[in-house]
Amino acid sequence: MTAKSATAAGAGRASVLFPAVAAFAIGFGLIFMSGLVQAETLHDAAHDVRHATGFPCH
Amino acid sequence: MMPPMTCVTPPASPATDMFSRILTSGLIAGAATGLIAALLQLWFVQPVLLHAELYESGQLAHFGAEAVSAHPDLGPFEWTRNMLSVLFTMLVYAGYGLMLVALMAAAEARGHAVTARQGLLWGLAGYLTMQLAPAFGLAPEVPGVAAADVQLRAIWWLGTAIATGLALWLIAFGKGWAAWAIAVVLILAPHLIGAPQPETYSGPVPPELSAEFAGRALGAGAMAWALLGLLTGWFWQREGQRAPVPQPA
Repeated sequence: MTAKSATAAGAGRASVLFPAVAAFAIGFGLIFMSGLVQAETLHDAAHDVRHATGFPCH
Repeated sequence: MMPPMTCVTPPASPATDMFSRILTSGLIAGAATGLIAALLQLWFVQPVLLHAELYESGQLAHFGAEAVSAHPDLGPFEWTRNMLSVLFTMLVYAGYGLMLVALMAAAEARGHAVTARQGLLWGLAGYLTMQLAPAFGLAPEVPGVAAADVQLRAIWWLGTAIATGLALWLIAFGKGWAAWAIAVVLILAPHLIGAPQPETYSGPVPPELSAEFAGRALGAGAMAWALLGLLTGWFWQREGQRAPVPQPA
C-alpha cells in the first residue's frame, strides 16, 4: 500500500469513527436516562418500561 | 421587514454525511420499533405488571385462608401512565437504534456491508447483549420482588451488556482462536462472578406471575429486537444509497 492510499484509507476510517462514536454516545445516553438513572421523576415516568424491558428498577 | 429567506446548503463533509446517515437510520428505525414494542408491552406485559402490583400493594395476598382469583379486575386504561410508557419505550429503542447503526457504520468501514437481511442477525445480537444475557442473572423483575441493591444490580447489568456485546463483536469480526477464546471468557465471566442477589426472599407476588412476567418481557423484547435489526439494516442500506459515495482523496 502506498503512502497516499494509506492516508486516504485513514481519512475514510476517520470520517466514520467520529460520527459513529458520537451517535453511539447519544444512543447510550438515551438508554442510561430512560433505563438506569434513579432520579425520582425519571424513575416514576419510565417505571413500567424499565420493568418490561428488563432494567434493574427499584 | 424580514429579508427573504434563502436556503443555502453548505457542502457537507464526509463525517457530517456519515453522522446524518447514522442519525436518520437509527432514530427512524428506533422510534418505529419503539412504538411497536410499546404496543406489544401494553398488550402482553402490562396486564401482568398491573396484576402483580395488586399483590405488591397488599390489595391481594396469596397463601391466605381463601383462594384468590387469578383473573382480577385490573382497572381502567390509564392514559397518562401508558402514554409515558410509549414515549419512554420509543426513547429506549431510539437509543438502541443509534447504538446499533453506529456499530453497523464501524463494521461497514471494515468492509462488512449491512443489509436488512443481515440486520436481523444484528438485532438478535443486540437482544442477546441487552436483554437475554443480563436476564440470565437478573430476570426481568415484576414489581414487588425481593432484589439486591439497585446500584449494584445496575453495575452488573451494564457490565454484562458491555462484556456480551464485545464478545459478539469478536465472534462476528474477530480473526483466529484467540479472539474467539476471549469472546467465550467475556460471555461467561459475568455469570461466573454472578449477579447481585437478595439476602432473603420477601416478594409478595405469586411465582406464577413472576414467571409469566419474565417470559412475556423477554418474548416481547425478542420480537422488538428482531424488528429493530431489520429496520436499522434496511434504513442504513437505503440511506447509504441516497448519500453520495465518499471518494478517496
